[in-house]
Amino acid sequence: MDFAWLVFLFPALGALINLFAGARLGERGIHSVASGAVALSFLVSVGMFFGLSGLDEHHRAVTVHLWDWISVGSFHAPAAMLIDPLSVTMALAVTGVGALIHIYAGGYMHGEQNYQRFFVYLNFFILAMLVLVLSDNFVGMFVGWEGVGLASYLLIGFYFDRYDESYGHYADAGKKAFLVNRIGDFGMMVAVFLIWTGVGSVVFEEVFAGAGALSTGAATAVCLLLLLAATGKSAQLPLFVWLPDAMAGPTPVSALIHAATMVTAGIYMIARTYVLWGLAPLAGDVAAWVGALTALLAASIALTQVDLKKILAYSTISQLGFMMLGVGVGAYAFAIFHLVTHAFFKALLFLAAGNVMHGLPGGELDIRKMGNLRAKMPTTHKLFLIGAAALAGLPLLSGFFSKDGILLHASNHNILLYLIGLFTALLTAFYSFRAVFMTFWGEARDEHVHEHAHESPAVMTAPLWVLAVLALVGGALNLPFLLTMEHYLEAAVGKPAFHAAVPLELVLLAVSAVVALAGAGLAYGRYVQGAKDETGAPRGAGWAAGITGVFRPLEQGAANKWYVDEVYAALIVNPLLGLARWFDRVVDEGVVDGAVNLVGHVSLAMGGALRKVHNGLVPTYALSLFVGVAVLLLYLVFGL
Amino acid sequence: MPETSYYLILAALIFTVGATGVLLRRNALIIFMCIEMMLNSVNLTLIALARQWGNLEGQIFVFMVMAVAAAEVAVGLAILIANVRHQKSINIDEINLLKW
Amino acid sequence: MALLFFVLVGAVSLAAALGVVMSRQPVHSALFLLTNFASLAVLYVTLDAQFLAAAQVIVYAGGIVILILFVIMLIGGETNDFSAAQRAWSRVVGIGLGVILLLTVSYSVLTRMLKAPDDATSLLQGGTPAAVGNALFTEYVLPFELVAILLLVALIGALVLGRQSEGTGEGVPSIEASD
Repeated sequence: MDFAWLVFLFPALGALINLFAGARLGERGIHSVASGAVALSFLVSVGMFFGLSGLDEHHRAVTVHLWDWISVGSFHAPAAMLIDPLSVTMALAVTGVGALIHIYAGGYMHGEQNYQRFFVYLNFFILAMLVLVLSDNFVGMFVGWEGVGLASYLLIGFYFDRYDESYGHYADAGKKAFLVNRIGDFGMMVAVFLIWTGVGSVVFEEVFAGAGALSTGAATAVCLLLLLAATGKSAQLPLFVWLPDAMAGPTPVSALIHAATMVTAGIYMIARTYVLWGLAPLAGDVAAWVGALTALLAASIALTQVDLKKILAYSTISQLGFMMLGVGVGAYAFAIFHLVTHAFFKALLFLAAGNVMHGLPGGELDIRKMGNLRAKMPTTHKLFLIGAAALAGLPLLSGFFSKDGILLHASNHNILLYLIGLFTALLTAFYSFRAVFMTFWGEARDEHVHEHAHESPAVMTAPLWVLAVLALVGGALNLPFLLTMEHYLEAAVGKPAFHAAVPLELVLLAVSAVVALAGAGLAYGRYVQGAKDETGAPRGAGWAAGITGVFRPLEQGAANKWYVDEVYAALIVNPLLGLARWFDRVVDEGVVDGAVNLVGHVSLAMGGALRKVHNGLVPTYALSLFVGVAVLLLYLVFGL
Repeated sequence: MPETSYYLILAALIFTVGATGVLLRRNALIIFMCIEMMLNSVNLTLIALARQWGNLEGQIFVFMVMAVAAAEVAVGLAILIANVRHQKSINIDEINLLKW
Repeated sequence: MALLFFVLVGAVSLAAALGVVMSRQPVHSALFLLTNFASLAVLYVTLDAQFLAAAQVIVYAGGIVILILFVIMLIGGETNDFSAAQRAWSRVVGIGLGVILLLTVSYSVLTRMLKAPDDATSLLQGGTPAAVGNALFTEYVLPFELVAILLLVALIGALVLGRQSEGTGEGVPSIEASD
């Protein structure tokens, strides 16, 4: 494990080389350096995986101490890596998916003005993400946490000079993400402070060993604060509002940061601190409910979106809600499993959406203007279909197994959570296939768009095939009853408290399969069969239209994202802005500026009075000099 | 042999006369001469006290003062000439470029 | 005898100092200054400072006064009336300050009279050129060299300051102004 630090070195070197020499390397050079760095990092992760597998099953945790970072009094924060099944799984997912997306981005960003900057940021992101998942203490994790936040901010605002109807100023989207995340980061910091005061250490192993010193109240407070941090980073209620806007960034960024890796940091963090959550059942319940409600809410919004990337964004929020539900009910291994499969199929979906965007004139994303694109983009269609099927949880695909595991544990915890999850799964299948059908099937609704559509180059489809294969067979990582991955992760996140009876598990699997197929079938009926309206948009077959018509009263609300942004604006943003303006006008301009101006005026007045002494005439200076001499002499001689 | 104090009083008298001259006269050249005179009065005290304490250092210091005075005269007169070219005057009351 | 000599020479130097201050013509002032320097040189001899007396005559009388005279001739000394009309108060103040200076210094000197040292017990070898030179080039060689540099810098500075503006001949007023 001595070579483990290399995993940090490669992305860091890649970012530095591209930063200082990128201008001379040219596009190919930059792309090779950046992708190569992440690929090498992936190889190191694989090495770590095998190194870890060689160890005894119950002692699979290695701490690699790099150096003492902070040592003040009794406070110690080492710069050290904790290599255990959980962190290795995360590192593999981050570097593996990251490498594929780096390769893809070379084609996607081809000809962009800021090609070099993009890859510098991207490598920096990988570095920060690895710091996050591999640190062996809360402080190091926080450094990575902030690092990925910074990378996210920079990349969301990558096109900071753009403006359009859908996203407003792109720079504002980055600002929103940063500010919303700040609330979560605040929770993280306070949680770490509480842990430090309660346990007296910030190193994971010491904290978990000494966690018994925390009272239930303290543990609950810590966990709720950590949950706040996770809701910020992982886009859960009530802090999910930044993620849809984050789609302003380039599509590979959406795939890498805002679907596959960074947003799962909250889930990782909760799984990492599972010992604390074991002490605070109340916090776990809160997390489960937050996750379930987020999943439902986001899925309902995803039903109505017309921007392909925003559908995927709300779908990401929804799936993150599933993961949060998983960690909330104690199914840490399944949450991580879903995290990994989600990384595969959501990265695939985003990149396929990127291909669509790339292949259409003007980077069109409005699915109302698409239709029948499978004629023009057969490969992309297949890829997107695989991703959507995995997301919908069609039987035997990766999403099916991982989502079902979470639902299984939820059913044991609280039947209401299970029902919400199941209904969300139905919605998931429906909106996934709605996206597929609206985009690739049916009739071309905009001749201009359809005519100019073209398939993407191989560099932008080859990595997707890798992801597609993983999305298809990723479920094999943790098949029901075999539970390979769950056993592997046991050393890091403990054994689940609950094992379902076999019949129950089989029944639930069957129910999930039926629900997923029902959702997909309903989407087929609604968007493929039946009549078209005057704009060419499908009205749907009678039976499907009847079922979906039941929810029509809710459509308006969902289309407007349940007015969450508006509520926040009215309750938080505008009062804060008003307060800030008041401070600006009254306190800053009146008191602070007034004080500064007063000092200035007093100085000026005194100077104005004193400058009359300085009339520039030498005799006057000589005179004052002599007066001084006379006074001194009088004092010295007569002691006056 | 006169007392050392007599020399000191003579030096004080000359110094006072020079200082008063600096304050009263307006011709920059004469002010200049008054300053030289003040320097000389100080030289006189240094030499008198050097003899008083049987120590050569006072005289060495006077030598240095002379050298500095020579330098000062050279630069000072050059400034004066430059100012005359510029302002056509050596009236000290009209030289007020030092003004704020 | 020595006291009488001192009084005479001292009176001459004091009178010359007053002459410097009170003359209307700068030329007269300069000549009075010369007298003052010369009489001080005489006093230096009585104080066993033979080398400095010579240096006084050479540097001050021979160099500085001549330089001042030269400048007076160059720029004409015909200016000023004696009284400073626009600062009449400064005359009173100046004389007042002078009186204070004189009184305090005299008071402090006269209350602690210093007797002349006994010639026999005087440690001073006398300020002969040999003695001063010896001290200058052994113990005080560093200050001496520094003074040399100072003089060089002053020389260059005076040269720069005294030069006419760029591109015009020596002493010839500039005819063509730069457009």
